[in-house]
Amino acid sequence: MTFLNTTIPASFMEAVRFNTPPADEVGSLISTTLWMIVGIFFIFAIYMLFSAASWLIDKLFNKGRDKAKGYTSLKTVTFGDESAVVANRFASVASVVALFFFWALATGSSLLGPIQLPAPFLGEAEFEYTATNATGATDTGKVSVLVYPFGESPDQAKADNTNSGFAMDNAIKVRERRTALLSSRTIGAKETEGFAITQINGENVSPGGSVDIDAGTVFVTEKGSLQIRPYPGMTMESLYLPSPEEVWSSFIRLNKEGYTGVGLWENVFWSLIRVVLGFALGCLFGIPLGFAMGLSNWFRGWFDPIVEFMRPVPPLALIPLIIIWFGIGEQGKISLLFLAALWIMTIAARAGVSGVNISKVHAAYSLGATKRQLLTKVILPNSLPEIFTGARVAMGVCWGTVVAAELVAAEKGAGKMIIAASKFQLTDIVIIGIIIIGVIGFAIEVLMRKMENRLIPWKGKG
Amino acid sequence: MSGLNMNDVSMTFELPNGGSVEALKNINLNIKKGELVSVLGPSGCGKTTLLNILAGFLAPTGGDIELNGHAVTGPDSERGMVFQQGALFEWMNVSKNIGFGPKMKGTPQAEIDEKVKELLDIVGLQDFAEKMIYEMSGGMQQRVALARCLANDPDVILMDEPLGALDALTREKMQSLVLDIWKKTGKTIILITHSVEEALLLGERLIVMAPRPGRIHKEYQLPFAELGVGADLREVKRHEDFGSTRDEILNMIWDMEEEIMGRVDS
Repeated sequence: MTFLNTTIPASFMEAVRFNTPPADEVGSLISTTLWMIVGIFFIFAIYMLFSAASWLIDKLFNKGRDKAKGYTSLKTVTFGDESAVVANRFASVASVVALFFFWALATGSSLLGPIQLPAPFLGEAEFEYTATNATGATDTGKVSVLVYPFGESPDQAKADNTNSGFAMDNAIKVRERRTALLSSRTIGAKETEGFAITQINGENVSPGGSVDIDAGTVFVTEKGSLQIRPYPGMTMESLYLPSPEEVWSSFIRLNKEGYTGVGLWENVFWSLIRVVLGFALGCLFGIPLGFAMGLSNWFRGWFDPIVEFMRPVPPLALIPLIIIWFGIGEQGKISLLFLAALWIMTIAARAGVSGVNISKVHAAYSLGATKRQLLTKVILPNSLPEIFTGARVAMGVCWGTVVAAELVAAEKGAGKMIIAASKFQLTDIVIIGIIIIGVIGFAIEVLMRKMENRLIPWKGKG
Repeated sequence: MSGLNMNDVSMTFELPNGGSVEALKNINLNIKKGELVSVLGPSGCGKTTLLNILAGFLAPTGGDIELNGHAVTGPDSERGMVFQQGALFEWMNVSKNIGFGPKMKGTPQAEIDEKVKELLDIVGLQDFAEKMIYEMSGGMQQRVALARCLANDPDVILMDEPLGALDALTREKMQSLVLDIWKKTGKTIILITHSVEEALLLGERLIVMAPRPGRIHKEYQLPFAELGVGADLREVKRHEDFGSTRDEILNMIWDMEEEIMGRVDS
């Protein structure tokens, strides 16, 4: 084998195993990606259509209310001037409303009143089938179908066979959006030789074919049995996506009862406390480390390799190692969060030191400051903006990491709640968990920004 | 020996490509206590390097510097410095900035407060004691920088183009202020500038430097600083010698620049 005109020795090829990916796997990878482009485009197009409609409504009813005020309103060049772009609050609200609308629509939510996609068939239905026997005689039987909603289990309705011929009446129950098989043996094939279904509701059908009835579709299998598939509707099953009101009611229940014996907010509290502790540890060691790297040749040289190596390693990649070393207890998770925050804070503090205007340092020395005074009175306050930026990033990373760590191993925590619920297909709890994680992550960011404005008002004005 | 003495001060930088630059060569200068000296020269003549050596931020590769009989080896509060901009502490208000030097030395707070009040009066910022630095204009910031430097009561004040970033009107006001402070406090002031007019106005003694290697080209003793104290600087500029000296120096610097360009071209 040659690569860039160099012959690669066979021993190397033996030592390094790399199976050429099969063409069909690569092909399916590419086609999946292409289909995703189509799918994402389609979803995005629907969302943008909604956006366009909202924009029209805004244009019609919101005349001038969102106009820029003061100096900005006098600018004639706004396209390209980022400072003149202000978020349209109506658009923000409308986009969230749109999300909830699609959610409610897709799940057949009662919140939307009359606006509903076709729902799956529920209730009782009946159809007739016509069968022939070996002698060519025909007879008609009745099948009553009960389609029951998910979560209920009605008694099997035993239909009395009132038919005197060889085609027997029967009854069957089907869960919504599922199918059920009515064996031909239960409607006469057992007793009748040459039993074959030829018509359903008067429509001719042969084995392998199907007939639509009001409640859905009836298939005749190759073996002559009946498969009943009630109309599945166009909404999603709550196993995949529960409706907003279901999520809300299970949120209320979760608040009251908790899940697997742990209260909802107890779970959130455990996740938060881990983040706070891990982040605090990361700051405690990372900031002095960053200062040392920014102030001393020796420490710069000593810590540079490890910091530069650890920085691109995502904390999630460390989870297996952390579990092997520390087990699944609190120490492991806090260690992981410590490592997640440490490098970010180190680099932020180092950047803070390097960002000190040399004039400030010279000025401080000329004014008689000692090295120690320079560090505490000049370098530390001057690097606060950088440190705060680092802290915001670190908090975000820690919050993401804690959830992932709990997915792998934890007894309490928001991530743990999600993964436990997913194992029992409690999608509503999974969704509640996701929403809470998102809201708290957002709240952390807002809080940090508020603190930043409060503590370092000179940021960006120097 | 009192005053600031430079003996054969030289500065040679090694370049990464193996060459070297003679930023300063054999500078000999004696500055008496209370003298107002302005240093002028084309870019690259080493005037900022000289100031950094005087401040103690750079060690010269040759020669030595003495202030009042002892050697200058590093930064010290006996030599205060006023920078062009960006040297104030944004996380402190005006009073704290001005009081920084005394505070570092452990002066009692009551004494600092008194000193700060006095200096705020001198630089005309009585009403801005509690303002933050980022709330002030460039000219006001330089007033704070001046006051901060004076708070330490230094023997020498080094000014590195302190008015360079200000607009023409503010600059003129600040020039008057520098003259006032010089007269009131009797400090030795060394001011670097690239404006010929400013050098003429703010120097009883004007030193013109030349580049490659950085050296003292010519010295002037001028009456304008003394005339300008408490007077209208525009009046001073109308003085008959002012215009002629200005043109002479401008021609001198113009020739130096031409020479540099010629060398680059060849």
